[in-house]
Amino acid sequence: MVQYAEVDLDASFAALADGTRRGVLEQLGRAESSITDLAEKFDMTLTGMRKHVGILEQAGLVTTEKVGRVRYCRIGAGRLDEVAAWIETYHHLWDARFSELDKVIEQLKRKEQSDG
Amino acid sequence: MGDITASEAAATKRTTVERRSDREIVVTRSFDAPAQLVFEAWSNPELFQRWWVPKSMGMTLYACEMDVRTGGTYRLNFGEGMDFFGRYIEVDPPSRIVWTNEEDGANSSVTTVTFEEQDGGTLLVMSELFPSKEALDESGTGAAEATHETFAQLDEVLVTLQ
Repeated sequence: MVQYAEVDLDASFAALADGTRRGVLEQLGRAESSITDLAEKFDMTLTGMRKHVGILEQAGLVTTEKVGRVRYCRIGAGRLDEVAAWIETYHHLWDARFSELDKVIEQLKRKEQSDG
Repeated sequence: MGDITASEAAATKRTTVERRSDREIVVTRSFDAPAQLVFEAWSNPELFQRWWVPKSMGMTLYACEMDVRTGGTYRLNFGEGMDFFGRYIEVDPPSRIVWTNEEDGANSSVTTVTFEEQDGGTLLVMSELFPSKEALDESGTGAAEATHETFAQLDEVLVTLQ
């Protein structure tokens, strides 16, 4: 079960490693959209956009649904949260460190001013 | 005018984290000081100890040996035989430090931090490069387990700072 979750996480990170796909997620976060619309927005061929959406879909980040001849995409539930949690952890650690570093630097600056 | 400056400062002091590839993670942050000072806070062991282990980590740094020059070594001891250690591969004051993190053996990562002066402040860019995707994932999981319970503590600390 744990292993399965890790595989999902890998797929999510691979999907997120690409700028266009992050853009597509951002776009879909605002509103659902057809693949044709996405291709136009990102100035890309339909085939190219289908590939990107396919990778996002495999990672569970996006779900698609065919209505008539149009395939609509929307944000998938679930796994983005795991990715976000991973990065959030790293972010918390460094943000906390840098807040402390700010204080050290502030003291150095004051010392330099009083010495100079 | 004052408001603009304050909000700008708040915006630039944001810590960003990006997983740039499946084995590299990049952190950026701006500091309101010349690169020389940021470099000093990073390379002087006495100063380094004051910020590297925020209270929210729930860890105590017992010993900190750092010889920050190309070829020098470092060792941070958190008690109970928990050591973080490695070598400085490249040190170029005040703009660049590259070091290895060797405590994980074959999963050792290499960290590069650069300090670049911008608009009177310093942009810090830190990249941690792992030998494989698996090594990065493992490190992330470890960090998640280690810090998960301390988030509440962090919030408390932050409240007292305001």
